[in-house]
Amino acid sequence: MIQKNKIKCVVWDLDNTLWQGTLLEGDTVTLSPNVVEIIQTLDQRGILQSIASKNEYHTAMAKLTEFNLQDYFLYPQINWNSKAHSIETIAKSINIGIDTLAFIDDQPFEREEVNFSLPEVYCIDATDLPNLLNLSELNPHFITEDSKYRRQMYLSDIKRNQLEEEFSGPKESFLASLQMIFTIAPAKENDLQRAEELTVRTNQLNTTGYTYSYEELKSFINSDNYLLLITSLEDKYGTYGKIGLTLIERQPTVWTIKLLLMSCRVMSRGVGTILINHLRNEARHHQVKLCAELIQNDRNRMMYMTYKFAHFQEISNDGHLILFENDLSAIQQFPEFVKVNILP
Amino acid sequence: MTADEITEKTKSFLGKFIKVEEIQADEDLFAAGLLNSLFAMQLVLFVEKEFNCKVENDDLDLKNFNSINAIVGLITRKIATA
Repeated sequence: MIQKNKIKCVVWDLDNTLWQGTLLEGDTVTLSPNVVEIIQTLDQRGILQSIASKNEYHTAMAKLTEFNLQDYFLYPQINWNSKAHSIETIAKSINIGIDTLAFIDDQPFEREEVNFSLPEVYCIDATDLPNLLNLSELNPHFITEDSKYRRQMYLSDIKRNQLEEEFSGPKESFLASLQMIFTIAPAKENDLQRAEELTVRTNQLNTTGYTYSYEELKSFINSDNYLLLITSLEDKYGTYGKIGLTLIERQPTVWTIKLLLMSCRVMSRGVGTILINHLRNEARHHQVKLCAELIQNDRNRMMYMTYKFAHFQEISNDGHLILFENDLSAIQQFPEFVKVNILP
Repeated sequence: MTADEITEKTKSFLGKFIKVEEIQADEDLFAAGLLNSLFAMQLVLFVEKEFNCKVENDDLDLKNFNSINAIVGLITRKIATA
């Protein structure tokens, strides 16, 4: 069984949690025991980190820089807002579910306030810091190449997003400026850990939410009845990593997309549609029908739309499982602003 | 609301994504491949919020969204039945 609720981001308090002492009271603060090792280990495991601290922003950031820890934290919230508010801001900025966050603080009041407003957040007492790395929630099933570089990829995203906000023309021109390269490849054995990780981590841009174990995924790549594709994206700012997974069941006259998922980080890049168009081309080439399954929930309406806008029509709907069939006669071209690389 | 007002609102929304001044009212917005999940979602949310109507699964069809005329037509029908 794959455990679903792994923590994706650890949010740190500063005073008497990350360091000992109260910064604004003029204390000489010192890092809590082993905290650098803890931060680096979480980072290596692909767990993101941020800060929710009631402090003066510039003073606290200067202190973090002095400790050489400033680059480990995404969207640090150092201000006088409630911690629940700060944690919500972090989840929204990173674009992850609130139930994938953990919060470490020494003060029971702060933990209770967060617990009251956001019961899904996993609150940890700072006195439990020595045992933090042993918590099962903070031990991902696998550590993949993508997990090790996750923070770097998010930092590139922050840079891209800033440029996107500053860009005054239509998004079309911005996308063209990125010089994206989208690669579609059959999954190989060394992709399977990342593939499993994607099925567990991806909720919004996920057509069915089916999760598969490493062993199941391995059986798919060794079977003629299945096609497992893994997609990756890069642009002039660097790689987004392996960002998508698609499982197709191949029968003699019909191919069915059992699962199509994309990381939320590529939501506005149009690559899901490119992938579907690639499959439409393949289906035409092999002279088979192209079908797709979708299990609709309150988070994946975007995928329903992506299918409908890519010429899929509902052929059955039992209120839970929707089956689509594609109108392969409609031609849709790949967009000009992305270079598409299809590996055999 | 008149059809002209709906068209103006729609064009101004689309302008955030595409070079709307180069596009004819009946031209296929997605022919150039400029379609992504976020744009599609924002387009539907725009119709729902701006005109206070609910876009059902059955309405989510490319032919209701693939040109300025198509979007205006959908909104007009939605307002009429609201």
